[in-house]
Amino acid sequence: MSAIMGFLTRRRGHGGRWHWTDVATWIWLVGGTVMMFGPALWLISSSFKDPAQLAEFPPSLLPYVQEVATVEGFAEPLPLFAVTMEDGSTRVLAQVRRVGATAQMVDPANPEERLRIPIANRTPVRNIGLALENYVDPFLAFDFFAYLRNSVVVTLSATLLTLLTNSMAAFALSKYRFVGRDAVLLVIVGTLMVPLSVILVPLYSVVNATGLLDSLWGVILPTIATPTGVFLLRQYMLTIPDDLIEAARMDHASEWQIYWRIILPLTAPALAVLAIFSVVWRWNDFLWPLIVLSRRELYTLQVGLNTYAGELNVQWHYILAMTVVTMIPVVVVFIFLQRFITTGIAGAGVK
Amino acid sequence: MNSLATLLGRAAIWPLVLFARVLDPVLRLWQRRTGTGGMIAFFLLPNLAVFGVFVIVPLILNFAYSMTGSDQILLGDRRYVGMEQYDRLLDCANYLQPLTCRADQFWVAVRNTVVFVTFQVSLMVTVSMITALILNRNIPGRGFFRAVFFFPVLLSPVVVGLIWRWILQREGLLNLIVTNLGLDPVVWLNDRFYTFSAAVGVSTWAHMGFYTLILLAGLQAIPKDLYEAAEMDATPPTRVFWRITLPLLGPNLAVVLVLALIKGIQIFDEAYVLTGGGPGTATMFMTQYIYEVGFASILRDPGLAAAASILMGLVLVVLTLVQLGLSRRAEKGRER
Repeated sequence: MSAIMGFLTRRRGHGGRWHWTDVATWIWLVGGTVMMFGPALWLISSSFKDPAQLAEFPPSLLPYVQEVATVEGFAEPLPLFAVTMEDGSTRVLAQVRRVGATAQMVDPANPEERLRIPIANRTPVRNIGLALENYVDPFLAFDFFAYLRNSVVVTLSATLLTLLTNSMAAFALSKYRFVGRDAVLLVIVGTLMVPLSVILVPLYSVVNATGLLDSLWGVILPTIATPTGVFLLRQYMLTIPDDLIEAARMDHASEWQIYWRIILPLTAPALAVLAIFSVVWRWNDFLWPLIVLSRRELYTLQVGLNTYAGELNVQWHYILAMTVVTMIPVVVVFIFLQRFITTGIAGAGVK
Repeated sequence: MNSLATLLGRAAIWPLVLFARVLDPVLRLWQRRTGTGGMIAFFLLPNLAVFGVFVIVPLILNFAYSMTGSDQILLGDRRYVGMEQYDRLLDCANYLQPLTCRADQFWVAVRNTVVFVTFQVSLMVTVSMITALILNRNIPGRGFFRAVFFFPVLLSPVVVGLIWRWILQREGLLNLIVTNLGLDPVVWLNDRFYTFSAAVGVSTWAHMGFYTLILLAGLQAIPKDLYEAAEMDATPPTRVFWRITLPLLGPNLAVVLVLALIKGIQIFDEAYVLTGGGPGTATMFMTQYIYEVGFASILRDPGLAAAASILMGLVLVVLTLVQLGLSRRAEKGRER
């Protein structure tokens, strides 16, 4: 116990006293942790509440489910309420219906007798529980399954093509000397300066002219030649000794074999970094799919979510649950990556 | 567990290996015909073709678009109007009052973006700087806390927008806190000031982790002996900060500043999902203007959108060149 306390109170400098900067540090760190994770946790908690509970104010921190009971003479299970009776005692009653400010209730043990109770005197009997239908319904009744599938298809194929094309270009730019190599590199640097928002209109017409409009390929293809990816891989490949390639050539390996049997396996760490970035970028893409896709069944999760959230009657219980689903891959990446974040993802992430 | 992962990895890679094998004889033939030069072309072609078709061609077409009028999207159906779109955008009696301009919405977007960038970048640099300084201290669980601040960076802008819309709505978490403090609940996203502040705050929340990591890398590159020498001389911490930390971190700070500017000017996704540009046009920024004029509005005009995007592109090119220069200086400083 004292070891833990010692660990937690370990601080900079000498002496045993806490400097005010130590206190400020911990306030900032704990406050920061609450700020960074709190909103996502609130989203997850809310996503398990049923619509009635979502409309409540003040909202409860945890999702609850109202207890129900099957009462003789009623087909549907009835919600249970704790009711304060006129004599001050408390009884658990099932509600049949609510008319204005009074509720018609029955005692589950004695279903014959109807009681009229002012609604101010009753509180729902409820336990912590999850409204799982928020997660099930959008997949069954709406297009969310299609959105999920589209997002997965776009993310996986774009990432695979990004790895292939970027590593091929990086190989040519790092392991061969040829006329115009610097010019090619310069062009690739130059494309870093051209964000999507600057070429939105003509890119749309190019995609239209190539017949890719309103298809998933129209979302995938323009994204695959990332300058960041080419750079990252090229820098890594420059560190691979050329002797390996020379030795392979002696053994009559073709250039293509050198690429995929020697260079690619040795570049695996950099490829993994690019793969992770690519998955996060493509999964999160919003503006470009929003413009290219106009048929609902082709929407990706991001576009679908925005569309449902933009409707006049926002069905928050479904939106929140689907937002959580959209968040899952990123949270998985985060959990696996958090050790590596310490060691400078920043340099590679400039995009 | 580990061997299962390896097995799954092999199974996933297997079709790719097969693909590479099948391709090999074809490429051998190609190599024999064209030599190494042909192979270099083969390796470069897919990437350059995509760059060419989806970046370079649109870039050139953008100038053509900006000189044509009408609401047609195909370039062939549009008529040449010369510099008229630029005249329209820049025709203004008083640039500080968007309503006196012919393209009033454009100037509203420009003004909003300038105000947004001013506040967001200052907030971003301040908050990331404080966080980086704190994470650079010798605290337990440092690795964990570094990751914590990076978490929102990975979230999709749509998710970020929806999370905060949910918190800021009338029955939301913020109003729960506000009422617990004894104040009246507010419909935050119906108010121009609160909505604009929310856009600034939320985008800072979402991206500060990224800039914190850059600054942290800069802090860790500062030689430790400088601090040891300062401690020997019993230099007060504030003086150490102003005399050692800040000057040596300067180049990194400049890179962060310009990068945040470049990203801030392009703000769209999370702000659009959070506010939809409203209330009214209070949070309509440049990219949303281009998107709406080019695609979404009833009176769409791709030529006007193209001209506006070229003006924005010019600003971004200047800033990017500044940033490349600064990063080079920052790197040189580290080598020295």
